[in-house]
Amino acid sequence: MRTTSFISLLTVGCLTTTVAFAQKTAVQSIEDYRAMLADGNPSELFEAKGEDLWKQKRGPKNASLEACDLGKGPGVYKGAFVELPRYFADTGRVQDMESRLLTCMQNLQGFNADEIAKTGFGKGEQVNVTALATWLSAESKGMKFNLSQAHPQEKIAYEVGKRLFFQRGGPHDFSCASCHGQDNTRIRLQDLPNLTKNPGDGIGFAAWPAYRVSNGQMWGMQQRLNDCYRQQRFPYPGFGSDVTIAMGVYLGVNSAGAKSIAPALKR
Amino acid sequence: MNQRNYFSVLAAVGAALVMALPPVQAQQSKPTAVASSGNDEVFDFFYREAVKSSFRSQGIVKVSVLDTDETNRACSAADVAGKPLDKKRAKEIEAMNLKTIKWPSDGKFVGDWKEGEKLAQSGRGLTYSDDAKTPNGGNCYNCHQLDKKEISFGTIGPSLYNYGKQRGISDVNSPASKAMIEYTWGKIWNSKAYNACSNMPRAGHMGIMTEAQVRHLVALLVDPKSAVNQ
Repeated sequence: MRTTSFISLLTVGCLTTTVAFAQKTAVQSIEDYRAMLADGNPSELFEAKGEDLWKQKRGPKNASLEACDLGKGPGVYKGAFVELPRYFADTGRVQDMESRLLTCMQNLQGFNADEIAKTGFGKGEQVNVTALATWLSAESKGMKFNLSQAHPQEKIAYEVGKRLFFQRGGPHDFSCASCHGQDNTRIRLQDLPNLTKNPGDGIGFAAWPAYRVSNGQMWGMQQRLNDCYRQQRFPYPGFGSDVTIAMGVYLGVNSAGAKSIAPALKR
Repeated sequence: MNQRNYFSVLAAVGAALVMALPPVQAQQSKPTAVASSGNDEVFDFFYREAVKSSFRSQGIVKVSVLDTDETNRACSAADVAGKPLDKKRAKEIEAMNLKTIKWPSDGKFVGDWKEGEKLAQSGRGLTYSDDAKTPNGGNCYNCHQLDKKEISFGTIGPSLYNYGKQRGISDVNSPASKAMIEYTWGKIWNSKAYNACSNMPRAGHMGIMTEAQVRHLVALLVDPKSAVNQ
């Protein structure tokens, strides 16, 4: 009797191991691969470049960005990332990190913000904006998201973002919520966070900018949103446009209290 | 009716002006008042303005794809409100979509399941980075389990493994399986005919799949020989 029990226990043990192993090969191996790469997240290279760009004298005015006001006063960058997007009185707009950087690059350095906004991702000054956003996000790593909803424009942006999130359209009738409106779902093997509520530390809004292993590119939130819209079969959303900013406010406010892990590492 | 619309737009613009006050004045207003549901028309107004000013046509995707139909508008509004459509409205939308279904011109519902599997695997086509020649995929595996051998499947939709077998389809030409096969065609052609705010695209209705391709997808699900039913 004892022997039988022992053997059956062994059998169950073996089965469990086998099943666990089979599941691991399907999903967990991707996580393992990511964990392995996290030892040396290539985003560190972009961080270093971003820090240099912040201090370097550049542009037609040959000035640095050190006096840039990211919402906490000129030159204060620690903790700024987790409070963006927010309303800025000088521009009269709600701005996220990337669109605010364009304002600073124009006002302090003399670059043409509209030109940079029109430049494709991964080209020209856009590369520098991404590097700057990467470094600035790293300066708030581990901090909790805390976006203001005090200004009416911030409240409007949240409500607009919510409507955009549920906007069904295009040939496939997709909205953001088609993929990100339920708990515990996947596209193929990719886990999908539910972004209609707080998805938790380091998930969704709290994980960008990120280095994408699959294509070897560093992406800011603007590019992430743009690619979501691309896959949704929507037309092209402008860089720093009202739509992408409002979306950032919706996601950022929903993530209140979640810790930022940016710059993160993605598949 | 026209007059009412005109006034609601005016009201929205008026409220919009109030909220777009210069910063100092705006800060004096009470944000709590802004958050009240009475401002929904204002928020809707700004939402429409944001969409208009932010998107541009790119490649094969024109901004006109956002001029969506009554079905999507009703479902989006229900999503924003956080409550499903009432039953009567849902039935109306389903009936409206049911009317659009184009049944096979030759009466043949079932094609080649192997072609269906290829379409189910592909999630390509119709993005702004695709060109017009990119063949459209059916996107099936993105959300559904189908052939059990394919472990990379999504879970937004229900598992369709053994779809035909579970529904007792042993012969696609038998009168007993006719109703289920017709429903399968209809569901793929226009999913909203059976569930008003379904997450599933309307593959035939929106021109994502051709009639011949829908036939292959039906075969993938119902043909007893299909990998789905093994």
